[in-house]
Amino acid sequence: MLIKRPDDVQPSDITPRSIFRDRRRFMRDSAGIATAAMLGAGGLSLLGTRAARALATDKDAKGQKLEGVVESIYRTDEELTPYSDITGYNNFYEFGTDKRDPARYAGGFTPRPWTVKVLGECEKPGEYGYEDVVKPHRLEERIYRLRCVEAWSMVIPWVGVPLGDVLARFAPTSKAKYVAFRTVFRPEEMRGQSRPILDWPYVEGLRIDEAMHPLTLLAVGLYGEVMPNQNGAPIRLVVPWKYGFKSIKSIAAIEFTEEQPPTSWNLAASREYGFYSNVNPDVSHPRWSQRRERRIGELFKRETLMFNGYADQVAGLYAGMDLKANY
Amino acid sequence: MNRERRVAAIKTGLFATALAPFTALVVAGFTDELGANPVETITHTTGEWTLRLLLATLAITPLRHVTGWVWLTRLRRMTGLFAFFYLMLHFTTYAVLDASLDLAYVVEDVADRLYITAGFAAFVMLVPLAATSTNAMVRRLGPLRWRRLHRLVYAAGICGVLHYLWLVKADLREPLVYAGILAILFAARLPAVVKWMQARRSKGAGRRAAPSAS
Repeated sequence: MLIKRPDDVQPSDITPRSIFRDRRRFMRDSAGIATAAMLGAGGLSLLGTRAARALATDKDAKGQKLEGVVESIYRTDEELTPYSDITGYNNFYEFGTDKRDPARYAGGFTPRPWTVKVLGECEKPGEYGYEDVVKPHRLEERIYRLRCVEAWSMVIPWVGVPLGDVLARFAPTSKAKYVAFRTVFRPEEMRGQSRPILDWPYVEGLRIDEAMHPLTLLAVGLYGEVMPNQNGAPIRLVVPWKYGFKSIKSIAAIEFTEEQPPTSWNLAASREYGFYSNVNPDVSHPRWSQRRERRIGELFKRETLMFNGYADQVAGLYAGMDLKANY
Repeated sequence: MNRERRVAAIKTGLFATALAPFTALVVAGFTDELGANPVETITHTTGEWTLRLLLATLAITPLRHVTGWVWLTRLRRMTGLFAFFYLMLHFTTYAVLDASLDLAYVVEDVADRLYITAGFAAFVMLVPLAATSTNAMVRRLGPLRWRRLHRLVYAAGICGVLHYLWLVKADLREPLVYAGILAILFAARLPAVVKWMQARRSKGAGRRAAPSAS
């Protein structure tokens, strides 16, 4: 099987071009929206609300609105997956293994008040409240593709803050080579945790450069609204170029480590789920092909893209690595 | 005559029951209730009903041994053909909507993915069984050869259960229930077990007969 060799995609020649292109698209889009706003309302006064007007909405959404969200340059023109599908079709085994279980059973989960423990190789460890983690940052709407390891995908308008900005405030030391994440263990609220499907609580991890990458998001909402419980309230990871299970939900602890941290699905089946778990159409899951995916809402499958279509931005992170061995 | 009518009524009931999951799928399709991933819902539902009806087919003979109801055997063909009906829907959904009728894709899947290999094997084994299900075919093959051929159903049952067992990600409970039932149905075919069931029944029949004799 042919694998795109990482060494022919240099970070130096690719990343700037992509950012350049994104900026151009951003400027073009912004200009278009701004012009439309001006023509429509006949005044410059409306320019200030441009960002808010462009944010994704869905008539089915009925959560609490998030204030002060701005558009990010990280978006896609692809059709958004409806709110009802994003919130009704979830893999969140803490609430059950059926995709409808999280929507059914996450109602009793209490995401507020919420604290995040920060541990390990950093200068500012401690227990931070939700507000302490999120408030210092500007909320951005980012429209990302989500590719599940089960070969289905969605397009989701997340709201969140870049993880790298948050992590930087904890001042990781030079020993911080990895970042480990842990969710809560609350079997009384998460009925799925009363059975040993996985080794609870769910844990995940990223290499520090993956964690600091501008695409990596700490999400607190979707469709401009507060994160629904079944999607990982109040705060979750979104790493769009990796399979969905890497994006741990309901984060309760962040630890900077020197060694590669354990991850839940890898512990459950190491041959099937590696630490990296980058979306890669050329590396099959041992039991099924990753070459195609079904976009929720579409009848036929579509081709899966390398790094879920984010190769321009992230291929450089893996330059020289054998992606077949480091699946 | 009365007995004939009763069997006919039971068969009609069986037909309606076995068709119900299909009807429910069609209704759900028209009322947009197949969920976020309708193709997955159709694939899983038709797959589950294939297995259930296959196990039901395999349950008929042991059930006859336990109850002594000879007419049960007359439901076997319809049950088996309904299993095949759901299998055809299951396979067609896969071939058209998952594989986009791309033969190379199907070949790679069958060769590389163990759970698809198992599922495909079950499909291939059940095709001749469905094709030889008519009375005319029984006559043409002769009962002995026909019966020998139809032993393939056991292998198909094993492959079907493996197909399910090998595709789930972490929660093995449901496929293990099917595996357990299949194991029981196999055990119920051991000569010693059959003898024991028949002996138990005739003893029970004797007990029931006793009061009316006195």
